Amino acid sequence: MQATQTMLAMRGVSKSFLGVRVLHGVSLDLAAGEVHALVGENGAGKSTLMKVLAGEHVPDEGSIVLDGTEHAFSHPAQAQTAGIGIIHQEFALLAHRTVAENVFLGREPTRHGLVDRRAMEARTAELLADAGVSGITPRTYVRDLSVARQQTVEIVKALASDVRVLVMDEPTAPLADHEAGLLHDLVRRLAARGLGILYISHRLREVFELSQRITVLKDGRHVTTAHTADTDTDQVVRAMVGRELSAYYPPRAHPDDIGEVRLTVTGGGNDRLRGIDLALRAGEITGIAGLEGSGRTSLARALFGAAPFTGGTMTVGGNALRPRTPRQAIRAGIALVTEDRKAEGLALRQSVRDNALLVTRAVPARGGPPAARELTALLERVRLQARGEDQETRYLSGGNQQKVVIAKWLAARPRVLLFDEPTRGVDVGAKAAIHTLVRELAREGIAVLIVSSELPELIGMSDRILVMSEGRIAGELSAGAAEEDVMRLATTAPSGDPSALSGKDSLA
Amino acid sequence: MSSQTTTAAPYRRVARSLGAGAPVFALLVVLLVALAATDPGFYEPDRFLAFVKRAAPLVILAAGQYLVIVCGEFDLSVGAIVTAGVVAAVEIYGSFPNAPWPLITAGLLLAGAVTGLVSGLVTTRLRVPSFITTLGMMLILEGAVFFWTGGSPHGQLSEGFRQLGRGTAMGRLPWAVLACLVAGCVAVLLMRSDFGRTLIATGDSERAAALAGVRVHRARVIAFVLSGTAAALAAVLVGGFSGVSAQAGRGYEFEAITAVVLGGVVLGGGRGSVVAAMAGAFSLQALFTLLNLQGVSGALESTVQGVIVIAAVGLGAADWSRLRRRRTHSSGGRPS
Repeated sequence: MQATQTMLAMRGVSKSFLGVRVLHGVSLDLAAGEVHALVGENGAGKSTLMKVLAGEHVPDEGSIVLDGTEHAFSHPAQAQTAGIGIIHQEFALLAHRTVAENVFLGREPTRHGLVDRRAMEARTAELLADAGVSGITPRTYVRDLSVARQQTVEIVKALASDVRVLVMDEPTAPLADHEAGLLHDLVRRLAARGLGILYISHRLREVFELSQRITVLKDGRHVTTAHTADTDTDQVVRAMVGRELSAYYPPRAHPDDIGEVRLTVTGGGNDRLRGIDLALRAGEITGIAGLEGSGRTSLARALFGAAPFTGGTMTVGGNALRPRTPRQAIRAGIALVTEDRKAEGLALRQSVRDNALLVTRAVPARGGPPAARELTALLERVRLQARGEDQETRYLSGGNQQKVVIAKWLAARPRVLLFDEPTRGVDVGAKAAIHTLVRELAREGIAVLIVSSELPELIGMSDRILVMSEGRIAGELSAGAAEEDVMRLATTAPSGDPSALSGKDSLA
Repeated sequence: MSSQTTTAAPYRRVARSLGAGAPVFALLVVLLVALAATDPGFYEPDRFLAFVKRAAPLVILAAGQYLVIVCGEFDLSVGAIVTAGVVAAVEIYGSFPNAPWPLITAGLLLAGAVTGLVSGLVTTRLRVPSFITTLGMMLILEGAVFFWTGGSPHGQLSEGFRQLGRGTAMGRLPWAVLACLVAGCVAVLLMRSDFGRTLIATGDSERAAALAGVRVHRARVIAFVLSGTAAALAAVLVGGFSGVSAQAGRGYEFEAITAVVLGGVVLGGGRGSVVAAMAGAFSLQALFTLLNLQGVSGALESTVQGVIVIAAVGLGAADWSRLRRRRTHSSGGRPS
């Protein structure tokens, strides 16, 4: 794809909210057929800039020029008419309507004053075919589609109104690895058709795979725009945080630091897992790798009693116990930081304090709630940045929300700490803080298990790595294993049924 | 970061809990001032205490209803529990005229608790939405009362039993006011306890609470039990105060919900304070009294109530969305 002529230019865009300046004269341009990535930590201003472009915010200063015409959008509909489409992180689809009805929502083709369903469905089928999408029919109900396919419908919906510029705000965040691969293919096809794509992402690897240029924002300011071919991950991360990449992962455990066995599973299984043998030791971080659907999340939830083992034996702290409920697991000193922080990790409308104390209040066996001073020390320890302990957790950034979840478990003094995607949706700065904290906790003698779909994180953090495939543990790798080794194990079917494998080449 | 908030925490916490329901406290003050302006004698101790006494059953019901609403449920059966309680008391006195009143009172409270227990178990174990469970419970109790009394209960409540509703302790302080104070204090302490905090968390996010080890079913059942007990206590007060009728508790369930909503407590759970809910009950009673003094027909009470409940939720929602928009603006750069 050649970035030849500028199609869209944003010049000197500034925006303040209630006197707080969140964008300082940011400029950005985009060529037809280009994928232009926008990266930066949470709070850098990426989303605000894109909302200005989409007419959702009116800028205080600056201009937007599209195809040589200057625009001043005061409403999203104007931006849409001008050819700007935006795919938000939260989809705006009606679950109980069909794909075609969603694609043409509010602009249904009519015939004699009535909705022309046939034309609508035919046109939707054309759009789906144009985009090279298979497996979705115009008459499918959106509620029956996976998250990935719903996202595709969102994109097709934008295409239906002849967009020139498509903004995608962290499109792969809710997707599994192989789904992300399919999305990348779709993005490339759209760019090849001459659309300009502004692509926001935290995942630098996909940014480098997809984009022609990368723009880094920090604290509402433009830091740099570089051709992807002329830069590398180190440079981009440095621009984002002003920190070296090597500071990313804390040093691993010495063999002397690893102590007694805290948890064992022998022959554990349920409808998603088979023949799980596992031992977690004090002071050690055990990583669980695997493709989406390989059973890595199921394993964490089984250990925690949320989706319990139905067979096999398990010991915790030397005592036989196979938890049937989370409460039993918690009483035995097991904690789980779940993958879905907003739905499962926090009561979002409650304060930082109430969330941090929730486990100790609910399960007196873990020693009761800590005193106010201890709680404050605990929140400082997880390096929480909040306005105060009374702040409702829904107003915190993803990273700080995650720190509250961790504090909630630490208050109950766990002996086994399970993390499912410890840094999903967390910005780079908070990521490093969480990594450091997790290693500290291991060093203090907690047995830690990390499930992560981000291989660099998993390899960087783990003292040993168990690779899962089809509900089994396919193999074990020592610290610092290469990504290729992990992938090789993850894509090898232990049961000798290669036809069950569909996502072999799509591990992103 | 948050260390400086610790020392000021008690004051802040009070301010915050008042802040959440600030409009209802302002409304209550306005209504009380208006009452004084309309009727200069309103604040004479006896008359004011009589007002509080009349408000007591609703305040107690509002406290019970709050517990159920804050964990994400409804209790529509409380009015029918009040009626059934009064009628049951009079029927028992019909058969055993010399029954000791503490025994009857304790029996009613227990029966109220059991009714709540049934509603709670049906809601949590059989997964029937509480709106339906308690609507059914209301109809069952109303029908039972009608069947039992043929529509017009006969008989007398003993003087001892009626003391709690209309008598006074230590000269002038009505027992009803004391009962109301005690119930209020219990509710406040309960909501500050570990159980109360886990109850709110359950209403906010059931999944998150369950994964943090909260026994969410048990918490909800306890809320229903307490709501049923509060309703039975209200029945004792209502029976003492206004005597026997097959309509003794009619409409109380909606008055209690109106009061809670007026207190800024969000339907669906997870938000709002019990003090504000009780202030909502006082405001409602003050408004009814004011309308009465102004010569507005008592028949319009339910109309007024309907307007209030819609207005309270409507204004609450409007306020909230404006607040939310401001928050997203001020942190506009953060979500990305």
